[in-house]
Amino acid sequence: MSKILMKGNEAIAEAAIQAGCRYFFGYPITPQNQIPEYMSRRLPQVGGCFLQAESEVAAINMVYGAGGAGARAMTSSSSPGISLKQEGISYIAGAQVPCVIVNMMRGGPGLGSIQPSQSDYYQATRGGGHGDYRCVVLAPSTVQEAVDMMAEGFDIADQYRIPVILCGDGMLGQMMEPVEMGRYTPRKLPEKTWATTGMGSRKTPNIINSLYIDAAILEQKNAELAAIYDEISANETKWESYRMEDADYMVVAYGTTARIAKSAITKIRAEYGIKVGLLRPMTLWPFPSAAIAEAAAKVKAVLTVEMSTGQMVDDVRLAIAGSKPVEFLGRSGGMIPAPREIIDKLVEMAGGKA
Amino acid sequence: MAVVFKKSPVLADVPLHYCPGCTHGIVHRLIAESIEELGVADRAIGIAPVGCAVFAYNYFNCDMQQAAHGRAPAVGTAIKRVHPDSIVFAYQGDGDLASIGAAEIVHAAARDEKITVIFINNAVYGMTHGQMAPTSLPGQVTTTSPYGRDVNHCGYPIRVCEMLCTLEGNQYMERVAVNNVKNVLAAKKAIKKAFQRQVEGKGFSLVEVLSTCPTNWGMSPQEALKWVDEKMIPYYPLGCYKGGDK
Repeated sequence: MSKILMKGNEAIAEAAIQAGCRYFFGYPITPQNQIPEYMSRRLPQVGGCFLQAESEVAAINMVYGAGGAGARAMTSSSSPGISLKQEGISYIAGAQVPCVIVNMMRGGPGLGSIQPSQSDYYQATRGGGHGDYRCVVLAPSTVQEAVDMMAEGFDIADQYRIPVILCGDGMLGQMMEPVEMGRYTPRKLPEKTWATTGMGSRKTPNIINSLYIDAAILEQKNAELAAIYDEISANETKWESYRMEDADYMVVAYGTTARIAKSAITKIRAEYGIKVGLLRPMTLWPFPSAAIAEAAAKVKAVLTVEMSTGQMVDDVRLAIAGSKPVEFLGRSGGMIPAPREIIDKLVEMAGGKA
Repeated sequence: MAVVFKKSPVLADVPLHYCPGCTHGIVHRLIAESIEELGVADRAIGIAPVGCAVFAYNYFNCDMQQAAHGRAPAVGTAIKRVHPDSIVFAYQGDGDLASIGAAEIVHAAARDEKITVIFINNAVYGMTHGQMAPTSLPGQVTTTSPYGRDVNHCGYPIRVCEMLCTLEGNQYMERVAVNNVKNVLAAKKAIKKAFQRQVEGKGFSLVEVLSTCPTNWGMSPQEALKWVDEKMIPYYPLGCYKGGDK
């Protein structure tokens, strides 16, 4: 398949359709509006259904209904809208309904801004809603990667019966890049024998539910979910290692920030001769803790860069467990770190020279 | 021996957890009988609410999804869109439908979703121990209106059928009660009609059922049935509000 130039949000929408997603439920919010707009054009062409919900709350519950009924379903939103969806995501996690949720993060808290941000890291990686659960959180740094991850995201959701969140930011959603669809090879997945399709000739009803009123039974359910989360951690953790072979300093950054960090690394190596590498989590949950710990053992210090006031840095510190200094550089509110800021911080960490 | 009554096979063979004198059981039976008589049990998908009827997913012999409080119409919307040939019904209480889920019911009705909503109005939050509902009557004493519902403080109870029947579309809305044999028979007719219309591919249907909650009303079952006649029906008149075609 040849490459085409697409805007991030539209590429994500097309990738979802190509992954077999036929149901989209959403509510307008900037900076992700091109996803529902694209879906409203494309889904009717492929026999799917786009429905603009009355609210984010309704949209996520429609996803719960459609996913529970066995369809590949998704919603997309941006930070304040994702907050509204949290109750539904908790039910989806509890009832083990597969689905994909896109969050094109913007500055917060509250109404915040509409510019790019990574300040929903805690919310995405800690469950987000009430209860003891996780979502798989994918963090693309290019439009191509977003396309590939959408396809794999639906497979991960179906394989483990778990909500998958694709965490981008306003920048990724709005930028245009050449992309190729269909690079991902679909997994072999079990049939959805649990879905509410109507009993037909089946003898027992299928029930999609997250209520376990008996504490002992709910604890058992929590343990079942925890076991699935362990399996996902073992199988689905992904990261990219960039110029780490000879690195004395490691930057940990994801998404858009990781791209900026790569530019900074190229420049700092050329201008100062300081050997810096990047470890880029591609899954925010499961978090590549082991890879970070292993890489940290070989460097003098670690710098975490985020578009927040410091969220992922907690996980980096947990992974490294105090064995190396961990510094933090963050921009927030919709401000984007410039390569120069990252370079200056690294130069300072290196004592002004290589 | 002649069989004079047989439980519908669409009702699961399990004991219901409802309090003595509560009419949820009657409404469950009317739904099950309607589904059975229309021969659609194999393609019925129900939505259980949050509230006393949450365990409805154990009581009907058909596929079920449990929905978050108020969200049953949104969940039902999607299930029906995924399986257009299924018969989707949502079972909701008054707090669920008329308070926290007010947006969802209005918009499902406005979109004329081809689903059937059975709306239990018992003028109180049952499962959480009898707090004031959006349908609690003026002056009604509840655990959160201990001096009686003061309409100057928290407004008047919402008449859902009257409110929704202003919407454009092919909807069917009727209010019934289940406090005596005559009313139960009329309720059965309305509930079956609501399902029948969905089978025929017609639009949204909602049957509001004036129901009892003797436990939280602090009444005997008999007193509760009487209270429906004396207090509820005057404020919530029975009858068809929209879609009165045959």
